[in-house]
Amino acid sequence: MSQTAYAPTGDTNAITIERLNKSYAAPKKGEVHYIIQDVDLTIKGGEFFVLLGPSGCGKSTLLNMIAGFVSKSGGKLRIGDVDVDKPGADRAVVFQQADSSLFPWLTVRQNVEFGLKMKGMPRAERGVISEKYIRMVGLAGHERKFPRELSGGMKQRVQLARVLANDPAILLMDEPFGALDAMTRRTMQKELSSIWRETGKTVIFVTHDIQEALLLGQRIGIMSAGPSSKITHIYDVPFAYPRDAASEAFHALDRTIQAHFDH
Amino acid sequence: MNIFKSKWVTLLILWAAGAVIWQGAALAYGPEIIPGPVDTFKGAKELMSDGSLVRYIGISFYRVFIGWALGSLIAIPIGLVIGKVSAIRVFAEPFLNFIRFIPPIAFITLFLVWFGIGEQSKIALILYATLFIVIMNTLTGVLAVEEDKIRAARSMGASEWQILLHVVIPATTPYIFTGIRLAMGTSYMAIIGAEMIAANEGVGFLIWNSRLFFRTDWIFVGLISLGLMGFITDRLVGLLGRRLLFRYGVISSGPIRR
Repeated sequence: MSQTAYAPTGDTNAITIERLNKSYAAPKKGEVHYIIQDVDLTIKGGEFFVLLGPSGCGKSTLLNMIAGFVSKSGGKLRIGDVDVDKPGADRAVVFQQADSSLFPWLTVRQNVEFGLKMKGMPRAERGVISEKYIRMVGLAGHERKFPRELSGGMKQRVQLARVLANDPAILLMDEPFGALDAMTRRTMQKELSSIWRETGKTVIFVTHDIQEALLLGQRIGIMSAGPSSKITHIYDVPFAYPRDAASEAFHALDRTIQAHFDH
Repeated sequence: MNIFKSKWVTLLILWAAGAVIWQGAALAYGPEIIPGPVDTFKGAKELMSDGSLVRYIGISFYRVFIGWALGSLIAIPIGLVIGKVSAIRVFAEPFLNFIRFIPPIAFITLFLVWFGIGEQSKIALILYATLFIVIMNTLTGVLAVEEDKIRAARSMGASEWQILLHVVIPATTPYIFTGIRLAMGTSYMAIIGAEMIAANEGVGFLIWNSRLFFRTDWIFVGLISLGLMGFITDRLVGLLGRRLLFRYGVISSGPIRR
């Protein structure tokens, strides 16, 4: 498996990251601690890219920097030709914890329509859009329920519909299926994969589950353990969708990637 | 026995037992020291007959309600601002933590000097009693809003004003509600103190004034009225909260337990 370097394309929603740093001043004077150091990465528009790494390696930090929630300490971070320094409508985030990110006082439909309502879109128009995405994530019939009435998997579906309704070019997903049971997780992975193929969004997906990375990603970036973590390898995943987790090639790649974490 | 399993039967038995012990104590110590249920009831009838009891309850409730409502209305925006703006919070928090330990009663004399012996000084006292509890609870609520909610709203294009209106306030509602409910209790305590010291009407006045006539039965009537007033208003506020604010996560309908 070779490391692949992608040349920057003309995509307006391509993500270009060069020597990106996030650091904080150490308690000891004069020292600087890096959470991530010198990350280089180019992601094409429409690509499904997986960030894979051990817990605490800074993958969420990197994702939050791309989202514009966390400011960079140095380096370049661009979407198209625009520097990222704050959240924007071109990027949407699916958080790990649905309970902390959904609005429990709003129904499923109201949650999905939140961004549209903030933009001042008329009710009728909002209804058409929310209905489309609620159906896409398989929640038709649950529109009037509150998040507390839903299972963990259903809550993540609401999050997905909520960001899709705003039609962002880029989906940033931070271990969205990490808290789900294994069976629900498999279903959600399949559905996310088909939604991605249907909508053509750029997806950056953070996970520490190698299988999940292999089932979903076109490319997988391996992050080293922190501090000062960086992307050490990038793997192409050449298998066609939907993927067959039982195939020999799948297992071979799984073992190759596993070797990075076996020490 | 199945009958004991019913909550109401058990309650009734407990209340009856309480009344029996009360009557027993009254017989043992004499009605001047402990007026029994019957004497208290007679005293209540006496106070009802000239309308003074109802008037006193009405006046005390009016003072509490006005001060509490005004205090809450002022405190909620202040709490939101202090919670949202960390530059203000740095200065406001030590001040709040200093002043909230000064009980309302301690201010009575000053408030009389500042606002006169009329209604204003009493309402100001209740307002004070309410203000800091509601500010502290609102502030705590704002600080407890999950960062993910704010980030989600922000990345969906909400402005800072929209985030305050559509995320922070709804997420803080259960805390605000708890604050105003707790403040109701403190308000009753404050008003009784104020009415004992400087009033010609009200339940506090009744309790304090009864000592001049050595009418312990009237004092008992005052105490029971207070308990009932607090109990009923707390239940009403709880019920209203549950009905109107259920979607915000305000769920308890009974008295606040802790």
